Amino acid sequence: MSWLNDFPALGSKLLSEIRRAIDGGFRDFTREHGETLEQFFEPLREFLLLSERLLTQTPWPLVIAGIALLTWLAARSLRIVVGTVLTLLLIGVFGMWDDTMKTIAMIFVCTVVALALGLPIGIAMSRFDRLQRWVSPALDVMQTMPSFVYLIPVVMLLGIGRVPGLIAVVIYAIAPVIRFTNLGIRLVDKDLLEAADAFGSSAWQKLRQVQLPLALPTIMAGVNQTIMLSLSMVVIASMIGVQGLGQPVLKAITNQYFAMGLFNGLAIVGIAIVFDRASQAYGKRLQKHLEAQHG
Amino acid sequence: MVEATPTGIRILQLYKIFGPQPDRFIDLVRQGMSKQELRDTHGHVLGLRDINIDMPAGQIQVVMGLSGSGKSTLIRHINRLIEPTAGAIHVGEQDVRALKPAALRQFRSEQTAMVFQKFALFPHLTVLENTEYGLQVRGMGRKPRREKAAEWIERVGLKGYEDHYPKQLSGGMQQRVGLARALSNDAPVLLMDEAFSALDPLIRSDMQQVLLDLQQDIGKTIVFITHDLDEALRLGDRIAILRDGEVVQQGNGQQIVLQPADDYISSFVREVNRGRVISCRTLMQPGVSVEGPTVEASLVIEEAARLLSAEGKEAANVVNKRGQLLGSITLSDIIAAMVPPRAAA
Repeated sequence: MSWLNDFPALGSKLLSEIRRAIDGGFRDFTREHGETLEQFFEPLREFLLLSERLLTQTPWPLVIAGIALLTWLAARSLRIVVGTVLTLLLIGVFGMWDDTMKTIAMIFVCTVVALALGLPIGIAMSRFDRLQRWVSPALDVMQTMPSFVYLIPVVMLLGIGRVPGLIAVVIYAIAPVIRFTNLGIRLVDKDLLEAADAFGSSAWQKLRQVQLPLALPTIMAGVNQTIMLSLSMVVIASMIGVQGLGQPVLKAITNQYFAMGLFNGLAIVGIAIVFDRASQAYGKRLQKHLEAQHG
Repeated sequence: MVEATPTGIRILQLYKIFGPQPDRFIDLVRQGMSKQELRDTHGHVLGLRDINIDMPAGQIQVVMGLSGSGKSTLIRHINRLIEPTAGAIHVGEQDVRALKPAALRQFRSEQTAMVFQKFALFPHLTVLENTEYGLQVRGMGRKPRREKAAEWIERVGLKGYEDHYPKQLSGGMQQRVGLARALSNDAPVLLMDEAFSALDPLIRSDMQQVLLDLQQDIGKTIVFITHDLDEALRLGDRIAILRDGEVVQQGNGQQIVLQPADDYISSFVREVNRGRVISCRTLMQPGVSVEGPTVEASLVIEEAARLLSAEGKEAANVVNKRGQLLGSITLSDIIAAMVPPRAAA
């Protein structure tokens, strides 16, 4: 009755053969296409470097003014702008300015890439039920898979550095954009679509003038989630060479520097709150027309 | 302002079967399979059966029926928001079923405009932006379409509200926006799907007057869907009554009130204020001249009765628009006509 006590697993020899076959296949693929892939992602690296340089090499008062202006445009709230400026000043005083700028640059590029990929996928998903049936479980897997796991193939393919880190972060953080775009478009009132049809709108006109604007508040909720997820992934991605606030946190873990970990951790929390409040306030502002009531 | 030439609508032997395979059952339905049988044994729903309606150009055609009678399905066939199973729909010279997708979009945007029961205004657009929507779809430039939209907003009485959002307006005002949005399209055909049913009675009556006044100027072919007979009688130049997807009676208001085709319609018209429907022409004795006031033939008998009792007379002379004597009408005839007939036993 040994099969009752020990699970009848595949033999360890067979298992290691399976693993070796998968690893071998992937290694061959890497050797063959690694270079091409690297070239394919080159523009992404350029984009990332450019935004990093923009943030780190511009004089800090200008950067603070720029970010303050952006939060004002998004939120139109003095409270949020003042909070943002104070947070950035505190971060600078505690000597984390450069790392924070690198992290912000990373988050910015990740969000742009996630939007550029996620919006079209979400729109396609909202039009084709069959696609939704396939993409939904894939998104579930991407979100629940421990994030360390897909660092491995990314590193094997592209080595250590910014771009593999970026890809890992985008994979982890893109799901909300896709899901909320799909949801937002599906939630648009059918009566409105019928009205648009009755006036002879084409599919593109309907999308641009009715569906996307009405889905925008929902999509913004997804963008907010995506920013938060990228921020939390930045620390993990520092393990494969992503610069920024994650690096000192990683150093603090390995060397047990409690204060260093705390400071950098708090800096991440600080910019998380800034991004969160600003993007949420923007989303709320988009819904203003829904709140206005007669009478 | 130049108005489009009026366009009539002709619906011929129109059938609509809802379900996965309507073509399999169309012949059976044509041979007389009942709605019940189609649903219970074949799982398909009969929406419309053998609809034949000639809607005159430049007039208001009311389609009346209770919920489930197929009236909303019918109106959506005219701009093909719903595809027919069999039959023909002609709007002016255009065979609507023959239109390819791009041509259909153009047809919808240039030949028809629609007003909806639940308004279906775009909540993220202002009154002005809603009103110019149809013109924007058509690709009209920003300035001319703004001007045109502003003009219609003023004509429906919403001047000053251009920059409000729909949610900031009352129901009646929202439907004025719906009307302005449809009218600024300048299409010869106006489709109104229970357009006033969601409004309070007083506001509804207001809107009916707005529509009648506008129609004096614009002379469009209006298809008006309603479940309310009073509304049908007030607005309709012609009325078609739908029941279970079939036309049970067509005619003008008087014909329907005075000669209901069956018990179903009689039960409807019993509650109607007949004095506001029947005209003097219908009730008069031709030829005879009497001593009394003069009324025009198209005047409804309620008004004639008011006039007679104010003047203390028993009878009036009926004349046509040019003042020629047609006949006479007596107060007792009027009273007899205004009292509804006893319910059929």
